[in-house]
Amino acid sequence: MAKEYPADSVGLVTSKTIRISEPLTLACGRVLENHDLVYETYGEINSDKTNAVLICHALSGNHHAAGYYGDNPEEKPGWWETCIGPGKPIDTNKFFVVVPNNLGGCHGSTGPNTINAETGKYWGPDFPQLRFRDWVESQRQLADALGIDCWAAIIGGSLGGMQVMRWALEHPERLKHAISIASAMSLTPQNIAFNELARQAITSDPNFCSGRYLDEGKSPDAGLSLARMIAHITYLSDSAFEQRFGRQLRSGTFERGQETELQFEVESYLHYKGKQFADQFDANSYLLITRMLDVYDLAREYHDDPVEAFSNALCKFFVVSFSTDWRFPPERSREITRALVAAGKQATYLDVETDKGHDAFLLPIERYVRAFKAYMNNVAEDVSHAD
Amino acid sequence: MRIDLDILEQWVKPDSRVLDLGCGDGSLLARLKNKNVTGYGLENDPEQIQLCVEKGIGVIEKTLDRELEDFGDQSFDTVIMTFALQVMQHPDIILDEMLRVGRECIVTIPNFGNLQARIALMFGGKMPVTKRLPYEWYNTPNIHFCTVADFESFCRSRNYKVLNRKMISLSPLNQPLKDVWPNLFAETSVYHLTRQQP
Repeated sequence: MAKEYPADSVGLVTSKTIRISEPLTLACGRVLENHDLVYETYGEINSDKTNAVLICHALSGNHHAAGYYGDNPEEKPGWWETCIGPGKPIDTNKFFVVVPNNLGGCHGSTGPNTINAETGKYWGPDFPQLRFRDWVESQRQLADALGIDCWAAIIGGSLGGMQVMRWALEHPERLKHAISIASAMSLTPQNIAFNELARQAITSDPNFCSGRYLDEGKSPDAGLSLARMIAHITYLSDSAFEQRFGRQLRSGTFERGQETELQFEVESYLHYKGKQFADQFDANSYLLITRMLDVYDLAREYHDDPVEAFSNALCKFFVVSFSTDWRFPPERSREITRALVAAGKQATYLDVETDKGHDAFLLPIERYVRAFKAYMNNVAEDVSHAD
Repeated sequence: MRIDLDILEQWVKPDSRVLDLGCGDGSLLARLKNKNVTGYGLENDPEQIQLCVEKGIGVIEKTLDRELEDFGDQSFDTVIMTFALQVMQHPDIILDEMLRVGRECIVTIPNFGNLQARIALMFGGKMPVTKRLPYEWYNTPNIHFCTVADFESFCRSRNYKVLNRKMISLSPLNQPLKDVWPNLFAETSVYHLTRQQP
């Protein structure tokens, strides 16, 4: 029997794979003769193809942003179900939503866990070191293939928001709105330090085999899981941990006269999150993408001047930060906004009060969702006026 | 009620760039769109910000304090502040900042020298509470009141040139007198200022 999905969900979805046969010259100089992108779409494209919206996923995200595959009764919907669907901020009654898995990702797009046609082996650690502009270029090729000349909006949180800004500078004429949530123009040394810790966790796992674990039939799950546990701590705020777990014990007791193995709820949760991640993510992809994050600097090629960088943009910007986000704190979004204002770009900036930390961008926080929806309504109007 | 919007609309030049400090629901910027005016509103009240977003106004969430450090020198044609100068901790610094960031500024001040306020204080012996300023002394956000005379002597001392001023009174009795004797009969005054060239 077909399962009933909520009315504000896109419901059953399927992913598609496209072979991009236009060669892609990467920032590192290497050329991908062709590559695959796996993607999902929701909603209908209008006759003049002006209502398309591109979603850029975050580090652990992928092309499955909304809806259900219907393959499992316990199934959870896509990662941005709170914001994508009929009547939601990214309203699938109004927009044609395109969500690709990034190049170098590990959920079906060409990446370290796919076969390199030249060698017949897994790319593994030999996969080219990418830059954000390579993602943008690969998505530009996808847009060309889908016949989309100009996105109504490009939207992303965290790493996705960084990609959005790169898009706005690389192809200014190909988007009307850039929506960058809980993001930054570059990583801080502290961010890089956390990334390095995660990478060390992976590479020091004996099953990592210098990155050739797929060839060896091994899997550095312990390392990848530890990497995710470290990162996950930075995605939540102190008070989010407090509220969610307190000092509750999962097992064991504090009572005198008993010697038991203690495990706090928070520990159990981190282990669960780590394991879950290790089951569905590729270690080489994680190394690749965290390195891309470290290297990213929006203004580097614009004399390190964000104002000069944004001067190239033609779109309008919507910037959102969350008060307790310490991975990409509000100050990083204020820097973006300051530069946008100085560059004379139309911009709106919200700093949403919440105790949820960085992960807030994925959560149904009332004020955020309401403002996001209001902004997207205007995007839809902009597009319909263009008709 | 924002009776000053008509005046502001007249004073702001077409195609100019405006920064509206404490922009509320964005009504002013929405109206100025007719004159092809672009710019931003600064606001810190989430409900007001929501209304701005709904209107498609470029709003930036920010609490105004003393400095406008996010904005470059002379980066706007006009910086506007309506009904907020008296709540600033340092109105003198903010005014100075407004004329650093903008070539011109427009401020609205409630005139505490008007007759009703004087009567209330003189005969009631209590701080005036009016429809437009409905607070008691202990809970009012309005901490820096001045009169028309105070404000104009302040402008002279700072070398601010008054480009335009407009006296407003809602009371019909004051209408003929508000421009003759503003310090006594205006309830609100709107000033359009620039820095006197040395």
